[in-house]
Amino acid sequence: MESDIRLMKGNEALAHAMIRYGADGYFGYPITPQSEVLETLEAEMPWETTGMVVLQAESEVAAVNMVYAGAGSGKAVCTSSSSPGMSLMQEGVSYIAAAELPVLLINCMRGGPGLGTIQPSQADYFQTTKGGGHGDYRLIALAPSSVQEMCDFVALGWDLAFKYRNPAIILADGIVGQMMEKVVLPEQRPRRTQEELIKQCPWAATGRTNGRKRNVITSLELDAHAMEIINNNLQAKYKLIEDNEVRYEALNCDDCEYLLVAFGSMARICEKVMEMARKQGLKVGLLRPITLWPFPSKAIAEAAKNAKGILVPELSAGQMIEDVKLAVNCKVEVRHFGRLGGVVPNPDEVLEALRNMMNE
Amino acid sequence: MKKEIIIAGFGGQGVLSMGKILAYSGLMEDKEVTWLPSYGPEQRGGTANVTVIISDERISSPILDSYDVAVVLNQQSLDKFESRVKPGGVLIYDSYGINRVPERTDIAVYRVNAMDATFEMQNVRAFNMLILGALLKVCPMVAVESVVKGLEKTLPERHHHLIPMNEAALRRGMELVNE
Repeated sequence: MESDIRLMKGNEALAHAMIRYGADGYFGYPITPQSEVLETLEAEMPWETTGMVVLQAESEVAAVNMVYAGAGSGKAVCTSSSSPGMSLMQEGVSYIAAAELPVLLINCMRGGPGLGTIQPSQADYFQTTKGGGHGDYRLIALAPSSVQEMCDFVALGWDLAFKYRNPAIILADGIVGQMMEKVVLPEQRPRRTQEELIKQCPWAATGRTNGRKRNVITSLELDAHAMEIINNNLQAKYKLIEDNEVRYEALNCDDCEYLLVAFGSMARICEKVMEMARKQGLKVGLLRPITLWPFPSKAIAEAAKNAKGILVPELSAGQMIEDVKLAVNCKVEVRHFGRLGGVVPNPDEVLEALRNMMNE
Repeated sequence: MKKEIIIAGFGGQGVLSMGKILAYSGLMEDKEVTWLPSYGPEQRGGTANVTVIISDERISSPILDSYDVAVVLNQQSLDKFESRVKPGGVLIYDSYGINRVPERTDIAVYRVNAMDATFEMQNVRAFNMLILGALLKVCPMVAVESVVKGLEKTLPERHHHLIPMNEAALRRGMELVNE
């Protein structure tokens, strides 16, 4: 079969990937720079073909509660937004994590805080990896740096979400969302039948069934000791995810004297910085975390084994840098470089920051 | 082969769609391509620009400091991007509305009177295809046939009757290049 190669925006790739995964529903509310997700779904009209529901909710709060309910009945459901909209969703995200539901979330980050700007940012790293909502919960966080990964991480995110009964989030930004690249779309998968769904999700609220106890989807448990057991079970699951699902890309890390650690679109800029540095004879490597949680701490420690310094360029005031410092136990100097509020640095700005670090 | 290109002008001149056609043509030749627009309020009447990278190998940064080729279609874009063309690179500009011509001598500068040509052709919508023709004459990074093939794949069937006009504009653009 000839593979389906297209040129499309990251946001458009997300929408096509959802339909082809055999998704049951998408619920969202438009916000720049991710509005093309909903627009593409509306244009593709999957309800006519696969039967997938696409609904523009009245608000982000409504959308996140719609996916809470959809996932509670075992459906493959998704919502997407950008930073201010994600903040509105955080109560629902905490409930979904507590109820252990396999939701796919997507945040195409823009500059904040507050309503901020519509230009790209990575300043929601803390919100995503440290819990934007309340309580001890974790999201499986995937950081795409290309349009192909925007496409691929939809299936990966849902697969992981169902495997662990845990919400997964694609943490993208305005650059990956808005840029067009070559993308190979996967084959169309059929949506699961109700029988397949019940087999895959015996915990789901699928209607009264003779022979099994009532399935209750809730995050409420007023008995503190019972709630502690629920929390311990969650922590055991998170440990399992940390042991099995770390993903990263390491470029030129074997002999590097200086290491760049960056994710998403910033990692693309850093790849160019690394190319420029290598041309000048500087031994620079790049480690790109693909899962922001679980974080590739061991891989970073390994890559930095013989490094004289680590530069962590981010489109934020320095958020992921805290996890990099923990990864190397501050044995290596770790320095931040960042632009804020939607400004994106050129590769030579980053190279200059790296050179300054080397020359000190 | 790797070409890093900036196309810049007013919103509405077809800057973004020209970049898209170029990127799609690269795709038709099985190359790696990246298209990154300036987005947001700039699209509505102000300046618009798009970075297009076409390469035989994996593309790193979609954000660039300097370019192999700059195509500038108004004075603001010329002022902004002339200094950012790599030494030995190429700058193509449309003379319409330009009051300060490019000054650099370490790059190849080409003037294209595409806006004037659209008046002759009485078809202002051919503008961006004339410019694309000029660009491909100076930097033949993709074949005209690939551009046409790309149009066939991207345009809905009901617009396919416009493809011959676009191809003619592309070929006319190639004749407009002045060093």
